[in-house]
Amino acid sequence: MYEIDAKGMYYRKLNELVRKAVGDGEKEILLKNVNGQYYIGDGIREKVKIIIEGVPGNDLAAFMDGPTIIVKDNAQDNIGNTMNSGKVVVHGHAGDVLGYGMRGGKLHVLGDVGYRVGIHMKGLKKQIPVIISGGTAGDFLGEYMAGGILILLGLDEKSDRPLVGDYIGTGMHGGSIFIRGDVDKTRCGAEVGVMEPDDKDMKTIRECLKEFCEDFALDLEEIMKKPFKKLVPVSARPYGNLYAY
Amino acid sequence: MFKSLAPPDYLATIDTDKCIRCKRCIQNCGWSVYSWGGDRVLIDTMKCVKCLRCYHYCPVEAIQILDNPVKFKPNAYWSYNNIRNIKKQAETGGMPLTGMGSDLPYPILFDRLLLDACQVTNPSIDPLREPMELRTYLGKKPSKVEVERGEDGELRLKTKMPPQIRLEAPFIFSPMSFGSISLNAQKVLAMAAKECGIIMNTGEGGLHEDLLSYRDHIMVQVASGRFGVNPEYLNAGVAVEIKIGQGAKPGIGGHLPGEKIPLEVAKTRMIPVGTDALSPAPQHDIYSIEDLRQLIYAIKESTNYKPVSVKIATVHNVAAIASGIVRAGADIVYLDGFRGGTGAAPTIIRDHLGIPIEHAVAAVDDRLRQEGIRNEASIVAAGGIRSSADAAKAIALGADAVAIGTAALITMGCTVCGKCYTGNCSWGITTQRPELTARLDPEVYAERLVNLIHAWAHELREILGALGINAVESLRGSRERLRGVGLDDQTLDILGVKPAGR
Repeated sequence: MYEIDAKGMYYRKLNELVRKAVGDGEKEILLKNVNGQYYIGDGIREKVKIIIEGVPGNDLAAFMDGPTIIVKDNAQDNIGNTMNSGKVVVHGHAGDVLGYGMRGGKLHVLGDVGYRVGIHMKGLKKQIPVIISGGTAGDFLGEYMAGGILILLGLDEKSDRPLVGDYIGTGMHGGSIFIRGDVDKTRCGAEVGVMEPDDKDMKTIRECLKEFCEDFALDLEEIMKKPFKKLVPVSARPYGNLYAY
Repeated sequence: MFKSLAPPDYLATIDTDKCIRCKRCIQNCGWSVYSWGGDRVLIDTMKCVKCLRCYHYCPVEAIQILDNPVKFKPNAYWSYNNIRNIKKQAETGGMPLTGMGSDLPYPILFDRLLLDACQVTNPSIDPLREPMELRTYLGKKPSKVEVERGEDGELRLKTKMPPQIRLEAPFIFSPMSFGSISLNAQKVLAMAAKECGIIMNTGEGGLHEDLLSYRDHIMVQVASGRFGVNPEYLNAGVAVEIKIGQGAKPGIGGHLPGEKIPLEVAKTRMIPVGTDALSPAPQHDIYSIEDLRQLIYAIKESTNYKPVSVKIATVHNVAAIASGIVRAGADIVYLDGFRGGTGAAPTIIRDHLGIPIEHAVAAVDDRLRQEGIRNEASIVAAGGIRSSADAAKAIALGADAVAIGTAALITMGCTVCGKCYTGNCSWGITTQRPELTARLDPEVYAERLVNLIHAWAHELREILGALGINAVESLRGSRERLRGVGLDDQTLDILGVKPAGR
């Protein structure tokens, strides 16, 4: 495993070293003492594994297309911005605006996630982006969502945070959100329908969660015991009648 | 269903004596105005938009498109458009859409500004005989340059130059996405850009594989919908543009309806066929200058530091916003004025939001100079550049280059009918209907667009020659070479221009 000590290093230098290591054919890169450096993994197209010790800064894995990034701590905002493929696993909490415009790949966060998570996520054929949070989420979850899967688990029963904030799925016109627990319809955007997941949905949830549980050594059956709600757009054309021609 | 109470704008008429029943009008009209009635052509004039395709293709001049004389009673306050839009809204409950830039009679400052020329005391230059430099580099410029003498005794630039986009003339094509315009129209722009040594811009619609061979003349755009954006796309062109706003619809998102997303458009945008392509009004990862900086540098990190342009609509506080954009690390600030075109925008937004490009360029150039950061970014002026004179005036007010959208479409047959949003463009420009797009032969029309750019370049050389300067660089921000006609003191002050006679 190739190691880089990021202690006190400017992000530009760190990312240059990471890109160089990827270019040199390294398959596994360990970044030690990371402390808020921005843009780690951005735009990398090779199927490498990057392990981060410490808290990476904003825009982790932006425009990323292939790598797997393991964060052993918390992570900050804008993870997986317009990500095309690959995977990010965060062993702590993560910040706001995760997976903006994400088109593929996976983002697994063990803890809570912030506001505006999964905005304008998309899907295309076999490319289905998946964001799973084991904790709670803030407002505007899945706003403008056009595809992909968002799963919110609320695993910490003792948490005093609400499971999810307001304005869920505002402007949603594709994809699905699965929430483990009850969802108040008044907290959802007008474009969202709340329903019970069918067998096919449960199969999808199980498939997604299997990998999530492997990442964090969790008990899948225990998680599946509690019922889910499914949130989907009521129309693929939410603004079809807005205009006069 | 009763007949709409909004009367038709135009009366399509056919002189039946002249008509030879060749049916070319029926074939050519994208709006289905004409149909065959057995012995003559039938006309549904409600659908006519006066794009003149039928007129041009009628071999016997039998067609006339008249302005409808049966309009509402003339009223200086309640215009025809006011009354008609109210009736349309009463019938549909929707927002009337429009295409192209605003056509309302707001004052046009370009037409109130005149350029200087040399007489007697300082000689003008004949560009036909003497070299005249139009080459323009877009990008950050260092605040000072150092040179050093190499071992071979030659002087070399020691300062490492930030990346630059080289243009053979100070023109670029404005962003127009595949989806808003046809692939053939984009090919015209790409071929002409290559031939003229300038660049085109993909707009927010991804980059079709057919355009990859023009990559050295393409800027790719990233906007709120992130359509077609992946690392390959970001690295495909010479630069990346972050679109914040558009002059025709400041603060408004985009909305390409599902029925206008056939296979090729969907593939290029990387979305499923037939779903709506919604571009949210703001980019929800940008709520501040700091956030913008974060995206600029995320793109730079992903492209090994290609130049990044930030496009905004010119709004009231444009100077302060532009200063923030430059400080956020942008290499180019693209200002899209109030008159800027669009494929589709609510009419009420297009006609009533924003400020004209003339005020905006002057204000931004002033502000960046005052703050000592004018060299940190190039300014591109856009939004209603109709001629090389507009271009020269915009450059004298402080722009590095101008962007051309509508003018480029006019070379492809566009008559500025303003119905781009219907997707029925009979000229094959703003449509995805294969039988219509096939009319636009990229090679034929690229030649016309090249002609236009060459003609404007010649005119610009003549203007520079008359001014007695031999490089467009010398005109840049040289407001002393402009005079205002009939402008009030405050406007002159904003423009930094003296009144004619002073």
